[in-house]
Amino acid sequence: MFDESIIVGLEIGTSKVCAVIGEQGADGMVNIIGLGQARSRGVRKGEVADTTQAEEDVRNAIVEAEQMADVEIRNVYLGVTGGHIRGFNNRGVHPVVSADREISEDDVQDVIKNAKAINLPTENNVVHAIRQHFFVDGQDGVTNPVGMLGSRLEVDVHVVHGNTNRLQNAIRLVKGLQLEVDEIVFNGLASSLALLTSEQKELGALVIDIGGGTTDYVVCAGGVIRHTGVLAVGGDHVSNDLAYGLKVPLSRAEKLKLEHGSALLDGKINGQTVTITNELGLPLKTVNVEHLQRIMSLRLEEIFQLVAQDLEQAGLFDYLRAGVFLCGGGARVPQIARLAEQVLQMPVSIGQTNSVSGLKSALDQPEFVTAIGLVKFGSFKTRKREGKSWKDFLGKILQRP
Amino acid sequence: MKTKTQTPAAMLEPAKLPAAKIFGVGGAGVSLLEAMNREEFAGAGFVAVNTDATSLAGSTVALKIHLETKLLRGLGTGGDPERGRAIAEEQFATLKTACEGADVIFMIAGLGGGAGSGITPVLARAAKETGALVLAFVTLPFVCEGNRRQQQAQQNLEQLKSVADGVICLPCQKTFKLIDENTSVLDTFRITGELLVEGVRGVWRLLTRPGLIQIHFDDLCALVRDRHSESAFAFVEASGPARSREVVDKLLNHPLLDEGRVLAESDAVLVSLMGGKDLTMNEVDRVMEQISRHCERARVIMGAAVDETMKTRLSVTVVAAKQAGAAPVAESMAAAAEATEPAASRGYARSTSRCFPPAPSLSPEQREQAMTRHGSGRARKVNDRMRQAQLPLAIISKGRFDKSEPTIHKGEDLDIPTYIRRGVALN
Repeated sequence: MFDESIIVGLEIGTSKVCAVIGEQGADGMVNIIGLGQARSRGVRKGEVADTTQAEEDVRNAIVEAEQMADVEIRNVYLGVTGGHIRGFNNRGVHPVVSADREISEDDVQDVIKNAKAINLPTENNVVHAIRQHFFVDGQDGVTNPVGMLGSRLEVDVHVVHGNTNRLQNAIRLVKGLQLEVDEIVFNGLASSLALLTSEQKELGALVIDIGGGTTDYVVCAGGVIRHTGVLAVGGDHVSNDLAYGLKVPLSRAEKLKLEHGSALLDGKINGQTVTITNELGLPLKTVNVEHLQRIMSLRLEEIFQLVAQDLEQAGLFDYLRAGVFLCGGGARVPQIARLAEQVLQMPVSIGQTNSVSGLKSALDQPEFVTAIGLVKFGSFKTRKREGKSWKDFLGKILQRP
Repeated sequence: MKTKTQTPAAMLEPAKLPAAKIFGVGGAGVSLLEAMNREEFAGAGFVAVNTDATSLAGSTVALKIHLETKLLRGLGTGGDPERGRAIAEEQFATLKTACEGADVIFMIAGLGGGAGSGITPVLARAAKETGALVLAFVTLPFVCEGNRRQQQAQQNLEQLKSVADGVICLPCQKTFKLIDENTSVLDTFRITGELLVEGVRGVWRLLTRPGLIQIHFDDLCALVRDRHSESAFAFVEASGPARSREVVDKLLNHPLLDEGRVLAESDAVLVSLMGGKDLTMNEVDRVMEQISRHCERARVIMGAAVDETMKTRLSVTVVAAKQAGAAPVAESMAAAAEATEPAASRGYARSTSRCFPPAPSLSPEQREQAMTRHGSGRARKVNDRMRQAQLPLAIISKGRFDKSEPTIHKGEDLDIPTYIRRGVALN
């Protein structure tokens, strides 16, 4: 390996491919030194649909990032998403058999192994198995049980899994470009890593990443990941709805969305219209802005409603004391935080990446959050590999089975 | 004409089992009764009812009721449900005696013709009067069988719904999803028949087989009573280690459940699982969890039973019922048109046939509608045209998601614009 301290996050998104290069300093802090992006053409709903085009886009993004940071990229942390990805909690149990009932390191390893033994469909593969809390004889909230006395050790893990073939598609694509994939990371998890401070994780927070093709969401509470989910609906759907409802081509719909879109109906636009012109400036069609915003608002509202339903089912609403954080390109829609507040009935803000320094242009944009999160994920892994006893929960728990 | 009330087998039934009788009505009903495996239904009484002597002669069931008067001259009803009804009313007492002694009456008929459509509602009424629970399993004709038969079938379906406790209705047209280009007519009819018989079998097993989790007779009554509307059913089977997942997949892709949409719309769902000795609680739990997730609004009644003959197979029968008002907007419009119109105007306005049927049992509202529509031939025509306009003809293009995997969430296709699914009108 040529430079251990370089960490690259690669996100092959539906609307853009984005590579972020981070440099890890001696103190463990990450500094973003390069950013490359390319418009994505070969991805639908977060999954590769056209390998040739996607490959070209990834290459462009990587090259741009390399040029900016003046490094050569060999390994990447690859973000994955898609409607096939699911998360659930599983509990492992292990009886402590030693004579003095002291819990040893082996017991901990065993209980984690038990918790990871999940009955998944054969075609599915585990992406993450994230440790939550230990229970010693039913006592909740133990973070490190080694040395404690007890007869029964239990642990909860949050398992994120997905369809093996569909995960492999993205990995193979990257490998085809002579790049090594260090690890695959669920996009929602990466976003939550980039956005949330440890205090917010402790209090309980929901991160909703509204991307082009999918909406990924993650709930952190009590310092651990409690829930993850993917909804294969995103900004693409908004554009598609507009194209259908306003009877304009998709590219035009995309443009209208960016120029006149809003998550809530603006009182002032009553009856206002926009005239679409062709390249010569001749008027082609008149579009009612109210219709545009209504179509958009309904779609975005539905996304939040579906997320809310899922959380309600999981019984997690009362844990979100730090509120909701939005990121992804969807977070750029005007008024989206207010719409989310109306639906979710709790404070919503646009997430800010923290604890990462470097390029201002990258850090301020909600759509780069995932890629930055991937770099951060990578930095935890590297630190772990170096064998430093880093006590943040993520350092210990994010490990691939 | 025989009027024996109970077959010997029915009398030998253990006391806890409800006594059941299975009636095959009309040409289709009688031949379906023939197709059923009698041994599986041990304990049930079989009765064949028809106006056509030749059809009955071909039947092997013990009890046949031949409805005959001079009016028909031995020619059957000639596809006229009014005649079928008139003759059934005439022989009402006979039908009632045949129904006596049963707790549950299953009726199998093909609607659209004369005998099946005409007799079934009367028979249902007769059975009700003896205090039995009446479940009708009926088919609606193929669209290609013609408009008239469709209308007759629709109208008789409405009548049937108003008398029977439960109507499980299988539009033959839906079997098109199960057949391919090369399926012969015979096979198609066989498939349709099998589907219907499967439905009867599913309910029958539900009531008779020993259950790990028993569905009581009362549960079934509670489910179908007061829901005088169509029920949909599906029967799926799978074997192997991943069978619990497979049955759920099959169920959600079942054509009769409209790819799971029916489950999402129904407000009461009965699920019966049946497996061999190796049926595990875990499997039951997994299947139920998946199904419940797809029908959140519904009251779910479940049962699980063990049948050694199943070996390693796992079968699931689902009966989903929805209240008349619970249909989604687009469908309910069509349904409302069907519900009021055929029952009211077309059928009863045509009371000039030779035999005068007694007044049908209609609710006051329906009667009022019938009165207002009666005799206004022009209005009827206009209405026909309007009804056509209401058909959900618009095929919503999914634009850029046309070729990608659809995002289905609880039976809803999220790729279709939200404002269309919610029926929000622009302008």
